Amino acid sequence: MTGGPATPAPSIVPAPRQAPDALVEYLLRLGDDRLVLGHRLSEWCGHGPILEEDIALSNVALDLLGQATMFLRLAGQVEGRGRDEDALAYFREVVDFRNCQLVELPNGDFGFTIARQFLFDVHAVVVLDALSRSGNAELAAIAAKSLKEAKYHVRHSGEWVLKLGDGTAESHQRIQRAFDALWRFTPELFAADVVDAAMLAAGVGPDLAALQAVWDGLVRDVVERATLSLPHAAPPIAGRSGRQGSHTEALGHLLAEMQIVARSHPGAKW
Amino acid sequence: MTQTRTATPEDPAKVAAFEARIAAVESIEPNDWMPEKYRRQLVRMMSQHAHSEIVGMLPEGNWITRAPSLRRKISLIAKVQDEAGHGLYIYCGAETLGVDRAELIGQLLDGTAKYSSIFNYPTLSWADIGVIGWFVDGAAIVNQTILAKASYGPYARAMIRVCKEENFHKRQGYEIVATLANGTPAQKAMVQDAVDRWWWPSLMMFGPSDTDSPNTAELIRWKVKRKTNDELRQRFVNLTVPQAMAVNLTLPDPDMTFNAETENWEFGAIDWDEFNQVIRGNGPCNRERLEARRKAHDEGAWVREAANAYAAKQRASQASEAA
Repeated sequence: MTGGPATPAPSIVPAPRQAPDALVEYLLRLGDDRLVLGHRLSEWCGHGPILEEDIALSNVALDLLGQATMFLRLAGQVEGRGRDEDALAYFREVVDFRNCQLVELPNGDFGFTIARQFLFDVHAVVVLDALSRSGNAELAAIAAKSLKEAKYHVRHSGEWVLKLGDGTAESHQRIQRAFDALWRFTPELFAADVVDAAMLAAGVGPDLAALQAVWDGLVRDVVERATLSLPHAAPPIAGRSGRQGSHTEALGHLLAEMQIVARSHPGAKW
Repeated sequence: MTQTRTATPEDPAKVAAFEARIAAVESIEPNDWMPEKYRRQLVRMMSQHAHSEIVGMLPEGNWITRAPSLRRKISLIAKVQDEAGHGLYIYCGAETLGVDRAELIGQLLDGTAKYSSIFNYPTLSWADIGVIGWFVDGAAIVNQTILAKASYGPYARAMIRVCKEENFHKRQGYEIVATLANGTPAQKAMVQDAVDRWWWPSLMMFGPSDTDSPNTAELIRWKVKRKTNDELRQRFVNLTVPQAMAVNLTLPDPDMTFNAETENWEFGAIDWDEFNQVIRGNGPCNRERLEARRKAHDEGAWVREAANAYAAKQRASQASEAA
């Protein structure tokens, strides 16, 4: 045999991927949920049904983006590869995002936005409440601060569920339709995988199964008072979840818009 | 509800007392007697101002989803949200004059009310967000600092509050501009292009020249306006030229020269034909802006109806509990 050093033959067996750090993954989930939903809500700014709602939805968007900044910054620090919150927000691909699919769905009408927000806000309150007692002190501090905001958010979205559900025939029909369409995206909120199991074992994250019962009770209470009904248990969407990088097609369009300026000028400061 | 007022001649004694209060620089409050024309002028100015805040949310809102960093995204949302707040606050101020917000918004949507011509220009790059903060909020501050001394109390007080926030917006805008001006060649070109596009429309924000401003004389006499359009425009130019120099950006006016005697930066001729065209509805984005407002209003109708219906049900159930 002659020639230089042999190049390894391409293998059909993929190289073992380094197991992702569970804490980084977990922080990305928390950060991406809030980044994507905050972005969606900000799309309403200037287009709300009433001026007061332009202000209210912007407030929620601001809180969520502030929380996303803190969670993503911490994720970057724990990861230790020099990525800050902007690198994570602006220079990752769709399949690298770890948000649940619920938050990436396009806004639809105001009823759809409110129903989506309410389902998320209740989730945020129960999860952040648990995380505020996390064994990870930095995570616990961010969760405690975010929890205060989330309590306002759920009050806002919950009041609108009541107003729309028990308002006019049209509003009732619209928000009922929204809950019907959104319900199949809710199992994902509590579907625990290896990352959640690792976080639970490490005393960092909560027992999602236990939280689901709390969430379900809180959601049902408001929905029933709003004279609405929830669909029967929806089968989870088949395949991998948003937590593992599988998303609806809507997320790619959202990111294309969000990332266009940053990516057009790599290395630039803003 | 529209309050129709008959054109009965006003009591000369009341007019004289009103003029005396104005001369004594007293603040006129909602329940005070005022000439009908004063009331109408204020409704016109305040509603135009509130409409400008609301329509002004659109060109900047256009970049919220594309802001290039999380920090910039958050501050842009907060800025546009402030504008909604200003609009709300000024509509409430106008309501103290016996009109209501729904009526004023109706006039905006049917095209009979005006709003600032500047918002009929498109935002084409991220740099526009910086330049709008610097120029447009800067011009608004020049206007509103003077309006904060207006004779009508609710308007003057609204302006004091609005001005504080506008000052913050302007600093934020100038900071974006300075960052871009010190950035990559592409960023620098982007911000110079934005300056070139926004400079002249910003000068037009002060309205027609004094020789051609139909409302100015009376508004000045009643201390609704305290300076003329041209005086304010000059003040804005004098403030802005050194700021442009500080970040090495050029203002697109070859005639700009410093007059050492008057200490004014004397600028070239404004294209009043363009201004009049934009005012008449023929600007680049007039149709899009009104269409966006109408769409939000129409698509929000069922939400407002639901909120009203729900509130009525709540009142009814409270009344029956009390009975």
